[in-house]
Amino acid sequence: MDRAWWADLLQRIFFLLIVRPFLTLFIGLKVRGSENLPEKGPFLLVANHSSHLDTISLLALFPLRRLKEIRPVAAADYFDRNRIVSFATRTFFHILPIVRRREEMTAQNDPRKAMVDALKTGTSLLIFPEGTRGTSPVEIGRFKSGVAYLVENVPDLPVVPAYLENMGRSLPKGAWIPVPFFCKVSIGPPRSYAGTTAEIVAGIENAVRELKEAAAV
Amino acid sequence: MIAALENLAPLWRMGAIVGTVLVLATLVLAVLQVVRPGAYLAELWARTRSWWIMASVFFAAAAAGPWVSLVLFVFMSFWAMKEYVTLLPTRAADHAALVLAFFAIPVQYLWVSMEWYGMFIIFIPVYMFLMLPIRLVLSKETSGFVASASQIQWGLMAFVFGLSHMSYLARLPEVGPGGARADGRALLLFLVFVVEISDVLQFIWGKTLGRHKVVPTVSPNKTWEGLIGGVLSASAVALTIRFLTPFSALETFGVAVLITVAGFFGGTVMSAVKRDFGVKDFGSLIPGHGGMLDRLDGLCYAAPVFFHYVRYFYT
Repeated sequence: MDRAWWADLLQRIFFLLIVRPFLTLFIGLKVRGSENLPEKGPFLLVANHSSHLDTISLLALFPLRRLKEIRPVAAADYFDRNRIVSFATRTFFHILPIVRRREEMTAQNDPRKAMVDALKTGTSLLIFPEGTRGTSPVEIGRFKSGVAYLVENVPDLPVVPAYLENMGRSLPKGAWIPVPFFCKVSIGPPRSYAGTTAEIVAGIENAVRELKEAAAV
Repeated sequence: MIAALENLAPLWRMGAIVGTVLVLATLVLAVLQVVRPGAYLAELWARTRSWWIMASVFFAAAAAGPWVSLVLFVFMSFWAMKEYVTLLPTRAADHAALVLAFFAIPVQYLWVSMEWYGMFIIFIPVYMFLMLPIRLVLSKETSGFVASASQIQWGLMAFVFGLSHMSYLARLPEVGPGGARADGRALLLFLVFVVEISDVLQFIWGKTLGRHKVVPTVSPNKTWEGLIGGVLSASAVALTIRFLTPFSALETFGVAVLITVAGFFGGTVMSAVKRDFGVKDFGSLIPGHGGMLDRLDGLCYAAPVFFHYVRYFYT
């Protein structure tokens, strides 16, 4: 699913001129463990989710030319709610929109298939396994099992855990103006997972929780 | 050469003095590196390097003119407030009030740029003081209300209202009794230099002679020997830059004692804040020093005290 060259260019310009200065000068983003990000995809980047700042903070860790290699998995019902949001999120964030509600799923828009196909063609995915920003601004919610499906269906898929701190304080759900709390991203080493679905989900969730504990020190 | 120096504008003359001090400090470190090498030097090198950068930024902004220095002051207040607020145990219901508090930063400096003294002096103590609780009430969460209202207002007072006095000081008109002239920009150089050199001298006196702690539960590194030695030696140093001020020699010394003691208390109060939050530094912006607030702590207190002294007696 390659997109137009101008969309890639617009995304790079957007990250260079708006996202990076915003994260550096306004948010004061601190990054720990960026050396853990794999040089080559496909990989799965998983993180806790509490804010719209989460996606831009994680994407901003990559060099501009690599932005096109990684797509945030996003809820179609939310990000395709109107044409402007849909266009903006597809262009500036290159989201992979997926259907969340079971009754809307068809053979063509099967969200699991869309994600596996993307990974198999070399695209890396950014996924928030809590499935919502709604759990709490500071606590990590339970991870849903979809993430395990990807691990089971893409052989040797490296999973990179990330823990995001203070994004939910800066820009919580429902807020539109961020408060410039210092925010922090911690990236853990990539790992492959195996076992039952429950074991894989628990393993990935633990990796993120361990980063949270390490970040608190 | 001395005569040539005396003809320079105060800013350049001060730049030459600060440059000399920094060169000497760097040379002393280089000598120590040879004579008494050790791990303790790494932090001193980091600090000195940061002093070079801070002094360069400060003088570059001052030389570039009032608008550039205004932007620098806005950034300093903004970053200080950021460091403070990040450590606060804020509630979800505080979001809108915090947005308002950060919005107040550029507004406070707008009054400075307009040189609208009446608004500058009441905006945060009166209007923000009244508006912040209103915004908190609208969030409908009463549990922790007083704590939130107090903490946010305190941050605005210390890091926005207090620090903005430095910026307004630079705009004070050149008038004084009996023809004595107070040039605001020169006075700002005097204030910052005396407070910062006092901090360094307190550190040196404390490290070499310090025995008796002033407030051991708050700040174990602050000793009476460091305080008295630092205040007196910094005030003596202040006499050498009297050309920046309209003060007599005796008054220069007295004013220097006043602002270095105020600076000491500023540093102690910010130490208590750090203790309360359980952190060692406010941030990591300035290597060897900590955060913006770890450097500006003394000025939060010294700036308003010095500003109102000058305003009362010289305008």
